[in-house]
Amino acid sequence: MSERPSDEEIRRRQRSRALAMALILGALVVLFYGISIAKMAVHQ
Amino acid sequence: MNTTTIAAAQMPADWRDFLALTKPRVMTLVVFTGLCGMLAAPATVHPVIGFTAILCIALGAGAAAALNMWYEADIDAVMKRTASRPIPAGRMDRQTALHFGVGLAFFAVLLMQLAVNTLAAAILTISILFYVLVYTVWLKRRTPQNIVIGGAAGAFPALIGWAAATGRVDVLPVLLFAVVFLWTPPHFWALALFVRTDYGKAGVPMLPVVAGERTTRAQILLYTLPMAGAAVAPWPMGLTGAVYGLAATLLSGLFLLLALRVAVSRETDQAKMKPERQLFAFSIVYLFALFGALVADRWVFA
Repeated sequence: MSERPSDEEIRRRQRSRALAMALILGALVVLFYGISIAKMAVHQ
Repeated sequence: MNTTTIAAAQMPADWRDFLALTKPRVMTLVVFTGLCGMLAAPATVHPVIGFTAILCIALGAGAAAALNMWYEADIDAVMKRTASRPIPAGRMDRQTALHFGVGLAFFAVLLMQLAVNTLAAAILTISILFYVLVYTVWLKRRTPQNIVIGGAAGAFPALIGWAAATGRVDVLPVLLFAVVFLWTPPHFWALALFVRTDYGKAGVPMLPVVAGERTTRAQILLYTLPMAGAAVAPWPMGLTGAVYGLAATLLSGLFLLLALRVAVSRETDQAKMKPERQLFAFSIVYLFALFGALVADRWVFA
């Protein structure tokens, strides 16, 4: 963090972080769906 | 907001640095022992719930690691091995690591409670708090037995895996806890003997630095004896079958032999410390083989 990063560099970093976050959220959606199904199966 | 203020803002940390914050390599051991604890339990878990439990154990360990790096940034900065970690290298500020660690810890515990069960979530909470508060904050810089305390944190996953599957804590997972707990000091101190570390420079009282090599060698054997006892005990107690019993006896006997060789050695030249290297290398094989044998035993006799 010694040198001042350019706007493009910051934007690129933000984009890659947003992409990683989107993938994690997508995976969690799938996981929560799976957990819901599993819980319903157990309680039947 | 004009362009100058945007440019003056700090570069946000890379997602890879968040991953590094969770110490992924330590996580593999935690995932393995947690999985074995779950598979060795006399209960069947729905695969999705089982996966979620292991995920929560891994996320909890990652959270604890991140909080450890948040607290220890000063130590990490002066040691060669850790100086390139995200915070001391200047790629992330401390507050980001703190927020990430706390957030991840809450998420892991909540998910464990909602998807798995309350007991597993409770033990996960204890293990995170133990690692961060008791080990990192309180004892690491105060006692040369610090690694023993740290070992307890690494011993929890097997217990959590078992609790996730059964909703209980039984004698067998407590013995597994004891094995990992007592295994950590010989494992770590063998490494500390043949690798010159700069813990002294960082003000962390590591046993070989504070008490000398002879004491360290004696302590290695001292911890190996009860470790071997705890590893073999499930067999005569009727908690496991002969597959595990024979494997545990053989593996622990070999471990004892290697530890004995290290204990009687007076070698001070680190280049010549072959027994120490062998003990360290074997200690890793030992843990994986022992837990593997436990699962194999359960599946053979199931």
